[in-house]
Amino acid sequence: MNNKKFLAAVVGLGLVTLSACGSSDEGSKSESKTVTLVSHNSWAVSKSVLAAFEKESGYKVKVLEDGDAGQAVNKAILTKDNPQGDVFFGVDNTLLSRALDNGLFQSYEAKGAGTIKAGYRVDGDKVTPIDTGDICLNYDKAWFTEHKLKPPTSYDDLIKPAYKNLLVTENASTSSPGLGFLLGTAAKYGDDGWQDYWTKLKANGVKVVDGWEQAYNEEFSGSAGGKKAKADRPLVVSYASSPPAEVIYADPKPSTAPTGVVDGTCFRQVEYAGLLNNAKNSEGGKALLDFLLTKKFQEDMPLNMFVYPVVEGAAVPAEFTQYGPAAKDPETMDPAKIADNRDDWVKSWTSLVLK
Amino acid sequence: MAVPVAFFALFFAWPVAAIVARGLKADGSWQFGRIADVLAQSDIRHVLWFTTWQALASTALTLAVALPGAYVFARYDFPGKQILRAVVTVPFVLPTVVVGTAFLALVGRGGLLDELWGVRLDTTVWAILLAHVFFNYAVVVRTVGGLWGQLDPRQEEAARMLGASSWRAWRKVTLPALAPAVAAAALMVFLFTFTSFGVVQILGGPTFSTLEVEIYRQTSEIFDLGTAAVLTLVQFVAVGGILAVHAWTVRRRESVLRLVAPGTTARRPRRVGQWALLAGVLVTIAVLLVLPLAVLVQRSLDAPDFGYYRALTSADGGVFLVPPIEAIGNSLEYAVAATAIAVLIGGLAAAALTRRDAGRFVRGFDALLMLPLGVSAVTVGFGFLIALDEPPLDLRASWILVPLAQALVGVPFVVRTMLPVLRAVDQRLREAAAVLGASPWRVWREVDLPLVRRALLIAAGFAFAVSLGEFGATVFIARPDNPTLPVAVARLLGRAGDLNYGQAMALSTILMVVCAVALLVLERLRTDRTGEF
Repeated sequence: MNNKKFLAAVVGLGLVTLSACGSSDEGSKSESKTVTLVSHNSWAVSKSVLAAFEKESGYKVKVLEDGDAGQAVNKAILTKDNPQGDVFFGVDNTLLSRALDNGLFQSYEAKGAGTIKAGYRVDGDKVTPIDTGDICLNYDKAWFTEHKLKPPTSYDDLIKPAYKNLLVTENASTSSPGLGFLLGTAAKYGDDGWQDYWTKLKANGVKVVDGWEQAYNEEFSGSAGGKKAKADRPLVVSYASSPPAEVIYADPKPSTAPTGVVDGTCFRQVEYAGLLNNAKNSEGGKALLDFLLTKKFQEDMPLNMFVYPVVEGAAVPAEFTQYGPAAKDPETMDPAKIADNRDDWVKSWTSLVLK
Repeated sequence: MAVPVAFFALFFAWPVAAIVARGLKADGSWQFGRIADVLAQSDIRHVLWFTTWQALASTALTLAVALPGAYVFARYDFPGKQILRAVVTVPFVLPTVVVGTAFLALVGRGGLLDELWGVRLDTTVWAILLAHVFFNYAVVVRTVGGLWGQLDPRQEEAARMLGASSWRAWRKVTLPALAPAVAAAALMVFLFTFTSFGVVQILGGPTFSTLEVEIYRQTSEIFDLGTAAVLTLVQFVAVGGILAVHAWTVRRRESVLRLVAPGTTARRPRRVGQWALLAGVLVTIAVLLVLPLAVLVQRSLDAPDFGYYRALTSADGGVFLVPPIEAIGNSLEYAVAATAIAVLIGGLAAAALTRRDAGRFVRGFDALLMLPLGVSAVTVGFGFLIALDEPPLDLRASWILVPLAQALVGVPFVVRTMLPVLRAVDQRLREAAAVLGASPWRVWREVDLPLVRRALLIAAGFAFAVSLGEFGATVFIARPDNPTLPVAVARLLGRAGDLNYGQAMALSTILMVVCAVALLVLERLRTDRTGEF
């Protein structure tokens, strides 16, 4: 049937043209003038800030968001011989060693590395810390007032009978706040003590759901979604920046946040960026990394990604200090220790809590 | 034939093979021992067992709930029937990320069941089963009901005249005619529930895991590509088996049946029993299908003066660089491109499959085209990344990747819609035209096209709706400056704050309305034989 051959030719041509259009997006511009940032889907920046960088440096920035944090790292590792971009942003301390062990990055010390606060500097120059965030218990203020109960203040409180059946957390094997909470308890109670703690937590009625969205929007009584869903858990594992978000994304804005942070239950996440091996535009990538440490970007970051800056002297927006000050003394853990133990811990956590 | 084969080889078989190979190959040699290792793990065997039995249970429950619906839609006339038929199809094309949330409002705390009887089903297997009924109701109604409406009722009446009891007449006459359609529908539901992802993830909580969820976890979170590859192969074999049986039942169904135009067999219900049946079906639809959708709408309106909808038009620079409302435009553009690809590829495949000299190989290709419905999006997505990474096919950063991935899911629907219609075209018409001197192109234009135009439109419409709702593959490759509707919804749900949640509900409602309108238009285009979707 000749008509089919004809159609085949048309389709073939069509596909080729379509794909040609697709790749000409970047092909037509000079390669060296475009710098590509690969990140996870929480990446956000103000248009004007990015435009200022493009104007000053002469580079055009292309952003490629590659799924959630874990996915983005895994995809970057899969494509490391022929990377999708020049700079990767968004590998955190829980996944850092997976990225480093797989040789994802090449050395580059960003300009401004000297201004990074002492606690966040890293050995070597493969990655640059860009932001921090705290994974903390959030509580529903109205619920605790109504029930005349004081909100918990520490991990220890959570296993007391008064707080039975109040907490919802995330699956540590599929959710990064879930993993952060587990690591927080491991940092607090040590390699031997955390399992015992979780046994008690389970006995005290902790509920585990798969992701942050379900925990926060469906189960947590203090969130906008939770209120509509008549949620009944007034304690949730979320971020220190969630209470400010509840104010900023409300219309009209309330005078105080409806939720609060339990200060004694925080685990600090640090997010890093690095210059990808085999980057096609490594000069542009370097300029972009420098830009991520500028005060301009660091001060723009908090209200876009709900994280905290890492360089000295970068101002934190008033909403943050007012509605959800950063945790005073969060738990931390060395990325190397996380790397050594993560899989084993998650495995024993799973059989301990979920089975 | 060459084009669809090339398309599938390039955009499906190759990427999937590449990622499976990456998982099973270490230091240059194949590690087939991994297969036995993985399957020996008790966790994995538990996943396999759960995947199978929940799919069986979901299929049985869906048939039990939806078969009366199929009968009512086929045989009864009632006001609003067309609209309702579109409405019950909406869940099927909506992304689970949207509806899972709303479905919780039905079976979760404070939901209808909770208010009435204090029953909460969230994170139980019942929530999963009911959600599977919700999503697959339309598959049964459209597949079985479509055929049921075309069975000549006079055959059953004749049996009655000859003295058969009504039960016996139904069992001996209607049931055998219907059985292949029921089997085909059951197999499709089994396929969709066997590979269920979003429903199990959102409603099942962390204790339930299907093969598909496990593949996602191993690939995306644990980064154990070896285990993921083994599981992908297992799923491949299972899905291949299901599809082979499905292709066989479909061929049996397309054999000898005396069919009449669908409109002629439906009449108004008469006796009390018939009214009761109709009422029962309508109540089921209202509670199980419409209510979760209504919850979405209600939550989207939960701010004064359509506040959430108005918020969609402003760019906050936070979650998006562009106002979320632009996601609608993006979605429509992608869906149009995906539909064009799906119709071309699917149309060509269907044409090749109808050729009289189509051999065993070509008929096998029929089932092969359905495979993308049963292979996990994460596998395809990761496969795209490592397979399509070199010029001239470095498509990883190209916008065309999204419509391509969506078309993969759309093609099976096009093929299934076009095939029965094309097979019904009398070959002699084509031959006559050719004898009279028409060029092949002209034969196609003058003979085939007028006959299949409506089916083509329906196929296009369905591919369009499916593309709009496609989430799994799109979320992997959509670019931040132009997110699709489902991607935008997922991103809004990933943020704390009233306005984000409300906007997610508003966008979901818009997506739902767009899908419903597309499906409603299709209802008006229904032809006598429009395949099983």
